[in-house]
Amino acid sequence: MSADPKLEIRDLSIRYGDHVALEGVSLDVRENEIFGIIGPANAGKTSFLKSLNRMDMFNPAMKVGGEIRFNGEETRNWANVYELRRRIGVVFPLPVGLPMTVYDNVALAPRLAGVKNKAELDATVQRCLERAALWDEVKDRLDSLGSLLSGGQQQRLTIARALSQDPELLMLDEFSIAVDPVTTMRIEDVLKELKEEVTIILVTNLVQQARRLADRTAFFLEGQCVEIGDTEDFFTGEVADPRTRDYVEGRFG
Amino acid sequence: MFDATELNQKNERVEKLFRAGFGLMTVMLIIPVLIILTTLVVKGGSVVNFDFLFQSPTNGMTAGGIFPALLGTVWLVLVALLISVPLGVAAAVYLSEYAPENWFTRVINLAIINLAGVPSIVHALFGVGAFVLFFGFGTSILAASLTLAIMTLPLIIVATRESLQAVPYAFREACWNMGATRWQTIRRVVLPNAISGILTGVILEVSRTSGETAPIMFTGAAFFLPLLPQSVFDQTMALSLHLFVVSTQVPDMPEAVPYGVALVLICLVLLMNSLSIALRVYLRGRKKW
Repeated sequence: MSADPKLEIRDLSIRYGDHVALEGVSLDVRENEIFGIIGPANAGKTSFLKSLNRMDMFNPAMKVGGEIRFNGEETRNWANVYELRRRIGVVFPLPVGLPMTVYDNVALAPRLAGVKNKAELDATVQRCLERAALWDEVKDRLDSLGSLLSGGQQQRLTIARALSQDPELLMLDEFSIAVDPVTTMRIEDVLKELKEEVTIILVTNLVQQARRLADRTAFFLEGQCVEIGDTEDFFTGEVADPRTRDYVEGRFG
Repeated sequence: MFDATELNQKNERVEKLFRAGFGLMTVMLIIPVLIILTTLVVKGGSVVNFDFLFQSPTNGMTAGGIFPALLGTVWLVLVALLISVPLGVAAAVYLSEYAPENWFTRVINLAIINLAGVPSIVHALFGVGAFVLFFGFGTSILAASLTLAIMTLPLIIVATRESLQAVPYAFREACWNMGATRWQTIRRVVLPNAISGILTGVILEVSRTSGETAPIMFTGAAFFLPLLPQSVFDQTMALSLHLFVVSTQVPDMPEAVPYGVALVLICLVLLMNSLSIALRVYLRGRKKW
C-alpha cells in the first residue's frame, strides 16, 4: 500500500438548494484499491461521485462544501478542470453508447485531448476494447454504431471509453443494473485486473458485488457515511453501527 | 371465465367511436389541400410551360412568363436564410447549451415568443423604418431579406432549440466526464445529432418565407421591373407579390395567369417540403439511440 491516499475527502457536504444530499463525509481512497460504496437509494452515492470530478460546475443548484484532495491537491485548485476529469473515468448505471461508431466512441476522449495520429488512435482503441473484454466481439464491426450493441456490450464499451482517457481513478456507478449476470461477471473480472493499474470506486446496490470486489467498503445512508471498513468485516458482523449489519443482511433498503 | 363484462363492452364502444372520430378529422384535413391543388391545376395548368417559367412578362404582364419573379423569390429567400440561419442557430445553441436559467434568459425567451406573434405587416413597417430608411439600404433585396430574416428568426430559434433539447442529457454528461468543454460537446455530440431537426425547421421556414407578401412589398419587391436585379441593393420582383398584382391590379388579365402563378408558387413550396422530408429521412437513418 502506498503512503499517500489517492483521494482524501474531508467533511464533504453536497446540497441542491435546500435539500442536503450528503453531509459530513470524510474518507480516504487508497491507491490501487477497489473502494466499494453501498447504500439504498437517496443515500447520496451518485452525488458523491459527481462531486469528485467537479461535475457540480454543470449544475448551478449543486453546492459542494468541504475538501476533496486528488493526488494530494484540492480539486477546486486544479487550474485545468478538464485535465482533472480526464484522469477520472466514469461509468454510468445505464450504458451511454454515444450515437457514433464503436471506434469513435472509444477514440473520443483521446481526440478531445488533441490526439490526431491515426495509428495512435487505432492502438488506443484496440487496447481499451481488449481491457474491457469487448475487442473479440466488436473487432469486425468497429464502424457500426455503438448504440446498436447489446446492453451488456454497450456497458463494456463505456468502460473501454472511460479507460481511453488513461484514468488514474475509475468510478463506476451501479454499472450492473442494466446488464445480464454473465456480462456482470465478465466486467467484474475486468475490474479485478484493472485494479493493478488504476484505483476504482465502485458504487453498487448489490451488497454481494461489493463483497466480491471491494477491498474496503463505505456504507452510505440518507446523506451520511455511516461506516467505513474492510469489506470482509461487513459480512462477518464486525461492524460498529447496527444499521450497517441490518443493511448488509438485507433487513432494509 | 374471460367473458367481456359490461364495462369492457362500453370501453370497446367508446374506443371505436373515438377512433372513427379522429380518423374522420384527419381525412377532412386533406380536403382543402385537394381542392386547392385541383383548382390550380385545372385552371392554371394550361399556361405553365417552359416559356412561362423562363421568360419575362410582356404586354402589361398579361402575356409572357414569370422568370423575374421566380428568380426574385429565390434571391429573397436565399439572402434571408444567409442572415437568419447563422443568427438563429447561434442564439438557440446559446440558450439551450450555455445560458443559465435566470430572469434574463426568461426575458429573452419571452421576447422570442412575442417576436413570433408579431403580424407580418408590422414586420414590414419595421423593415421600412429600420432597413430601408434608417440603415439606408433603400427598397432592395437586402432590406426585404433582412425583414424576412427577422420574421423567421424566432421560428428557427425554436426549432433549433427543440432539436438540441431532444438530444439526451446523458450524452452531454458522458462527454463532460471525459474532460470535454461545452463547445467540444456541442460540436462532436449535440449538433451532429440535432442537425436533422434543425434542417427540417430551416426548410419549413424556406417554404413559408417564399410565400410571404406583406414584409417584402414595401421593402424590396417591385410591381414590375424591366431588368433582372444585379446585386442585393437592387429591387426585385417576387412570386407572391406578382400573384397579388396579376390577380387584382391588372385589367384584362387572362384568367389562367394568376392560377398559373399560384400553381408555380405552391409547387415551389411543395418541392421544398418534400426536400425537407427526404433530408430528414436520410439523416434519421444515420441517427440511432
